[in-house]
Amino acid sequence: MAKKVLVLGEVKDGDLRNVSFEVIAAGKQIADGGEVVGALFGENLKSHAEKMIHYGADRVVTAEKPELSQYTTDAYTQALLQVCDLESPESIIIGHTSSGKDLAPRAAAKLDAGLVSDAVDVVMENGKAVFTRPIYSGKAFEKKAIEEGIVFATVRPNNIAPLDENSSRSGDISSINVDIKDLRTTIKDVVKKTSGGVDLSEAKIIVAGGRGVKSAEGFKPLEELAEVLGAAVGASRGACDAEYCDYSLQIGQTGKVVTPDLYIAAGISGAIQHLAGMSNSKVIVAINKDPDAPIFEVADYGIIGDLFDVIPKLTEEFKKVTT
Amino acid sequence: MNIFVIMKRTFDTEEKIVINDGVIDEEGAEFIINPYDEYAIEEAIVLRDEHGGEVTVVTVGDEEAEKELRTALAMGADKAALIDVEDIEEEIDHYSISKALTSYLKDQEYDIILGGNVAVDDGAGQVAPRVAEGLGINQVTTITNLEIDGQTAKIERDVEGDVEQIETTLPVLVTCQQGLNEPRYPSLPGIMKAKKKPLDTIDLDDLDLEEEDVKAKTKTLDRFLPPEKQAGKVLEGEVDDQVNELVSLLKNEAKVI
Repeated sequence: MAKKVLVLGEVKDGDLRNVSFEVIAAGKQIADGGEVVGALFGENLKSHAEKMIHYGADRVVTAEKPELSQYTTDAYTQALLQVCDLESPESIIIGHTSSGKDLAPRAAAKLDAGLVSDAVDVVMENGKAVFTRPIYSGKAFEKKAIEEGIVFATVRPNNIAPLDENSSRSGDISSINVDIKDLRTTIKDVVKKTSGGVDLSEAKIIVAGGRGVKSAEGFKPLEELAEVLGAAVGASRGACDAEYCDYSLQIGQTGKVVTPDLYIAAGISGAIQHLAGMSNSKVIVAINKDPDAPIFEVADYGIIGDLFDVIPKLTEEFKKVTT
Repeated sequence: MNIFVIMKRTFDTEEKIVINDGVIDEEGAEFIINPYDEYAIEEAIVLRDEHGGEVTVVTVGDEEAEKELRTALAMGADKAALIDVEDIEEEIDHYSISKALTSYLKDQEYDIILGGNVAVDDGAGQVAPRVAEGLGINQVTTITNLEIDGQTAKIERDVEGDVEQIETTLPVLVTCQQGLNEPRYPSLPGIMKAKKKPLDTIDLDDLDLEEEDVKAKTKTLDRFLPPEKQAGKVLEGEVDDQVNELVSLLKNEAKVI
């Protein structure tokens, strides 16, 4: 049965994030011939709204307010609930990003709704949306459906393929006036720490280092490789515990769970808890001195050798290929 | 300061997962306090030591969870509460658990509620924000630093690698991210003392809830293991040859660059 699906796009530092197109693709599945309505919060949203239509949204609702230029729980919850009031969607899809994780459960509680978090796939089975999601950080998966009420889900970035862009597609863009009040948090400052702005959860390529990197200084060659590849830098728990890098880079069951197209593991032995965070990457390359390191059991390609020999050469070789 | 910690008992992160007929096999598995909840317990103890007051750790589960509650008491928490849902035969979900926790907490006096930002088993991270909404209080998720001065909380939170510096007022619910602190191990005297600390068991009746009130909104249809990854190709030769071959394979065979 055709459904009306509300999908929330996400703007970060003025750019529309890819996950905005992925929620549209997920929304199309669930809509089953019904309408996919995009929602965008922030400022200067018109071109982003057009882009969402090019990627398959039937129309887009925007709420432009200075209070929505940065994500805060209160402002975004209020805006989302007001859009829901206006549109009465039968389904809501949001990206499982930093803000989506904060917003979706809160909104679900307010709507007295169930929520499936962190879905990596959705299919329709007998008119019901069935979501697949990782559990135990990807050591296993489960299929989940919503039994009653709004079909509400967050989808993990990088997993649901966006529809093809069609710049001749058109649709209605309407701006609504939302009432934002009683904000309880103030963002004083945002300290940028991510290298070159490539975020781990959305990165197509990740270069990660482990204990084998030996020092904070040892991450330099990895960062150089990442820069050539437009990749994000990650780390194992070993490297974080040894204070070679910040905990925000940690990948694993404690830490971030990532699914890039290419994961290059340098000097990472491959403890179960690390593998849980990255083994669902599409292609894995392992570089390690120890031929018995468990990382080789999940790697598609392995080089047994010293990362300090291999990585700089790899950087040089990629420079030739990518330019 | 009245401090509450919401905690979950989880599989040890070193455990391999075995599934029989769509059900996770718990036979012989080691259980632990969800690692992110350990940060919450540690932070709660530090806050209490600095500002005075009491730390209560609460969980939803069955009597097996008493072990993890005792561990939290041994770390230094003052009181524990188990909301026992063992009698519920139907599957329960985040909606159910947060309903129970909200009902429990709304009758308590709290200045701050702490939890992990996610549980390492289910990985949804829903319960804490749902509880904050249920109580009508503010939330700050994935925090990496916390300072409280009177009614003001100065918080740093991890936003996909960047650090957001936030100011808010109490009462507040926060979820803890790695990097916030180093959770302590229970000391031997701590373990001895924990045996005498109060651990209340509460059921739905005590919370004025019917089973219907906590009926799950979602249903698990199946659980399965991902296809086992085949070990790939280990490249041979000198470093230069290996590097050349790797780049060519990534470009032409795997097509990821």
